[in-house]
Amino acid sequence: MPDDSLLDLAEYISEKLGSCVIEHKFEKDELVLQVKPDEIIRALQFLRDDRECDFSVLIDITAVDYPSRVERFDVVYSLLSLRQNNRARVRISVEDEQMVPTSVDIYSSALWYEREVWDMYGIAFANNPDLRRILTDYGFEGHPQRKDFPLTGYVELRYDEEYKRVVYEPVKLTQDFRDFDYLSPWEGLTDIQLLGDEKESIPPHGWSLSDNVRAGLEQKNKSTDIGEEGEGHASN
Amino acid sequence: MPLTDNIDTPDVIIGDETQIKPFTMNFGPQHPAAHGVLRLVLEMEGEIVDRADPHIGLLHRGTEKLIEHKTYTQALPYFDRLDYVAPMNQEHAFALATEKLLGITVPKRAQYIRVLFCEVGRILNHILNITTFALDVGAITPALWGFEEREKGMEFYERVSGARLHANYFRPGGVARDMPEGLSDDILQWCDDLPKFITDLEGLLTENRIFKQRTVDIGIVTATEAQDWGFSGPMLRGSGIAWDLRKSQPYDSYEEFDFDIPVGKTGDCYARYLVRVAEMYESIKIMKQAIENMPDGYVRTNDYKVSPPPRAEMKNSMEALIHHFKLFSEGFHVPEGETYTAVEAPKGEFGVYLVSDGTNRPYRCRIRAPGFAHLQALDFMSKGHQLADTVSIIGSLDVVFGEIDR
Repeated sequence: MPDDSLLDLAEYISEKLGSCVIEHKFEKDELVLQVKPDEIIRALQFLRDDRECDFSVLIDITAVDYPSRVERFDVVYSLLSLRQNNRARVRISVEDEQMVPTSVDIYSSALWYEREVWDMYGIAFANNPDLRRILTDYGFEGHPQRKDFPLTGYVELRYDEEYKRVVYEPVKLTQDFRDFDYLSPWEGLTDIQLLGDEKESIPPHGWSLSDNVRAGLEQKNKSTDIGEEGEGHASN
Repeated sequence: MPLTDNIDTPDVIIGDETQIKPFTMNFGPQHPAAHGVLRLVLEMEGEIVDRADPHIGLLHRGTEKLIEHKTYTQALPYFDRLDYVAPMNQEHAFALATEKLLGITVPKRAQYIRVLFCEVGRILNHILNITTFALDVGAITPALWGFEEREKGMEFYERVSGARLHANYFRPGGVARDMPEGLSDDILQWCDDLPKFITDLEGLLTENRIFKQRTVDIGIVTATEAQDWGFSGPMLRGSGIAWDLRKSQPYDSYEEFDFDIPVGKTGDCYARYLVRVAEMYESIKIMKQAIENMPDGYVRTNDYKVSPPPRAEMKNSMEALIHHFKLFSEGFHVPEGETYTAVEAPKGEFGVYLVSDGTNRPYRCRIRAPGFAHLQALDFMSKGHQLADTVSIIGSLDVVFGEIDR
């Protein structure tokens, strides 16, 4: 159970902020406030200035990507109160390409945190004075922390002896990217499409087919077509 | 003192044909005083820094993204590679976060071993920071002395985990293995020897005229500014705020230890140096207590769904063998939930925001690195200072790019 003082604080905040807070809950005894996206500035301002709350330090801003949701991203603000010795997380849910108002005017440290969220997730912060990329390369395209961005990325670079500079090339994997799915011990391996395997469906996710397996499958499909004309499965 | 007040820019008579623009200077990424791969674009007004724009990300390896594709066991070694100066303190945060989501408690002995090695890490970190800081402002001897002492600390890492740097020693559920025999005696001996080394180090620096000229009243941060910019650790304490997560929000067994929180008064580079020196003495106190009060018992939780069974048991028990196999192929599944767990790493508050969706891999693992917040304050800290003072400020920030770029 969370502290009594934290329970009281949660009630107090919800009461003071009114409709601004959609709900408050406790995750592993940590206070989480779900706030309306366009009211986030009001909420943060209150949480910093109110004497009961006194969240004077913005520890972190980060985001979580849930591609299946309409409000795709959660933007999470972690707050810390040094005087009250409390922590709180303020969370807003935003759609793709929805602007979030910047909190730089309230916490100076938000500047880089917001830059990082922009860089990694592509969530833009309105009125942030310096919304450049921060961690990725100059001229990088895409937002790598999104769930639909591949782990290996799209480009790789190497030093080219001919041009005497670093060149960018599309990623070439010497080994197929393997992503094991362990959700069920029995289904975990069925995504692998082996040559000659009777399950002919190509799995929707998981293993990508290597070129020779794909060629084998196509050949097999072709031979089945021929088989209808009476030549059988000789090629298999 | 910041020199902003003394600059009256229109001293030069600007006619129609004269044009003055601030001089833009590139500092790093290959620069001995940049503490790694920091590229700093400085806009200079003569010798005075007008704006400092750190360009980071040159060491970005996509740790957070990689962790989303690894099991919890596989994700742990990435934390060694963040702040590689004090690796185990990072592991600690991730292990604690995972344990919180799993809802397991760690045996007392494991907690004490963790505390012990966190403090070894803190000393490793502070020795490196103080000596390289001194190197930046012109003193070479501290670095030469310090690295020898650091090597001894890393030997303890090696003896307990097999690796000097990338230890992979703290695990969700405890530590990887018990300490080898004789190690605690040697650490105790080190604890007795260290104060002499630190006193020598202080003798070189604390009252050194050059060192003080380079650090006193440089990069002053008030308590309000420190909070506004998200400071933590020695940076916050240097500004006069007595805040330490080991005291205020104790984790593992820190509440059972007797130690003090050194606080700086002036908030300048010198105060941060003094705080770090004092913290080393406190760490020695904690290490001694940890060894003297070290309880007996297991060093890992005996929940075999989370931590592997002992090797001997696997020889006789089929079930133990299956557990071992499942743990090192599939890993353990963590119940749905999320947590933000922070530890007092040597550089400040190191936090892990872990979101689990009930599978064997983290859905999201956000790493909150203290250095990231500190480095972004460089702009306001160095404004109005001379170029050479920027070097002092970077030294006192204690930046390591492994954790800033992640």
